[in-house]
Amino acid sequence: MSATIRPTWVHATILGTFCAGFGVLLAATDIVTKEPIQDRALEDKMASLALVIPKSIHDNNPVTDAITLPNPGGHEATTVYRAMMGGKPTGYAYEYTANGGYGGPIKLMLGIDATGKLLGVRVISHKETPGLGDKIDAAKTDWITRFTGLSLGNPPVEKWKVKKDGGQFDQFSGATITPRAVVGGIRSGLEYFTANKSRMMEKQ
Amino acid sequence: MSASYGQIVKDGLWENNGVLCMLLGMCPTMAMTGTATNGFGMGLATAAVMAASNLMVAMFRNYVTHEVRIPVYILIVAANVTFVDLVMNAWMHELYKVLGLFIPLIVSNCLPLARLEAFAAKEKVLPSLLDGLFMGLGFTFALTAIGAVREIIGQGTLFADAALLLGPAFTFLEMRIMPADWGILVLILPPGGFLVAGLMVVAKRMIDLASGKQIKMAGAHSV
Repeated sequence: MSATIRPTWVHATILGTFCAGFGVLLAATDIVTKEPIQDRALEDKMASLALVIPKSIHDNNPVTDAITLPNPGGHEATTVYRAMMGGKPTGYAYEYTANGGYGGPIKLMLGIDATGKLLGVRVISHKETPGLGDKIDAAKTDWITRFTGLSLGNPPVEKWKVKKDGGQFDQFSGATITPRAVVGGIRSGLEYFTANKSRMMEKQ
Repeated sequence: MSASYGQIVKDGLWENNGVLCMLLGMCPTMAMTGTATNGFGMGLATAAVMAASNLMVAMFRNYVTHEVRIPVYILIVAANVTFVDLVMNAWMHELYKVLGLFIPLIVSNCLPLARLEAFAAKEKVLPSLLDGLFMGLGFTFALTAIGAVREIIGQGTLFADAALLLGPAFTFLEMRIMPADWGILVLILPPGGFLVAGLMVVAKRMIDLASGKQIKMAGAHSV
């Protein structure tokens, strides 16, 4: 091993120099990549919104035309993306968390038109069992698309359940908990819309 | 002291393979081998970071004192990983959406650190670069093989979503080996990772035995 014992400050200087050097390198990388990364995040958001709000119903950019609704009880605020056509609101999209999934909360993106009808629903993130619960993901099956066009009155509220609970939506063979959570989450997301509709329309 | 290039390649890919012989990097091996594509992507990202880190450590090897070498190595690996993460997010975004999840995991992989300590800290720049690259490619090979077995038995496909990772030209890789309703779920879940990785280690040893080679003792100190 090393023949001479060097004083501590030598080691400290070496380590400090490396830290400073790589720190500068990373700071420079961060400065250069910051703007492209923000652009990419914005594009991603627009792409995911396009899945739940059809392009034909708006002429604005819902990502920039968003408002933030604070929620009571210390819950996280909801960002509502608004679709406008000629200055009039035609649709709303927001993230809504469905509780009670098998692997924890399931994050949904809901698109709703001005009358409360679903324009589309997508699962944004989930931790459900691969091969069983992950059929809620649009990349795996088209199960989630069956909600398009439905609203709180259609079907009636008591039918907003999986078939096993007496509702009208199919569960998966071997997985009931996941679809139950998603159906419940969508229903409660629609109720959120009814309760906050007037706030969503406010100009900001 | 210095190793022949042929031996470095052979060690990295097979004889002293990071996963199948040294049993290092088990965290990403378990987490990222649900499909062959995931394993392949994780392996390539790791290989890039290992090559860059080995190169840097070999360059600086005469300026780092023995006492502070470990923090400096970790710093170099972490800086490389962060650099790759930011650059990919900005300019290779499609690839980043698939691989992005795996990249930070590379820091928690002890295989790069082992190669820095066992090889790059003592060797010249070019052999170190090669060692990092081929150890990384050997890691890629092992992860892809484990992923392929888990994927075929677990969900009946091979290289699912390869086009997302490599581009539309590679759609031909996506195969369905078993009927659509096939699937032995446990292979996809975490226990499957342990089972298949363990069986792969056995398989490697049996192949080595059958070819009459001496079994190399597992260890980070090669060469």
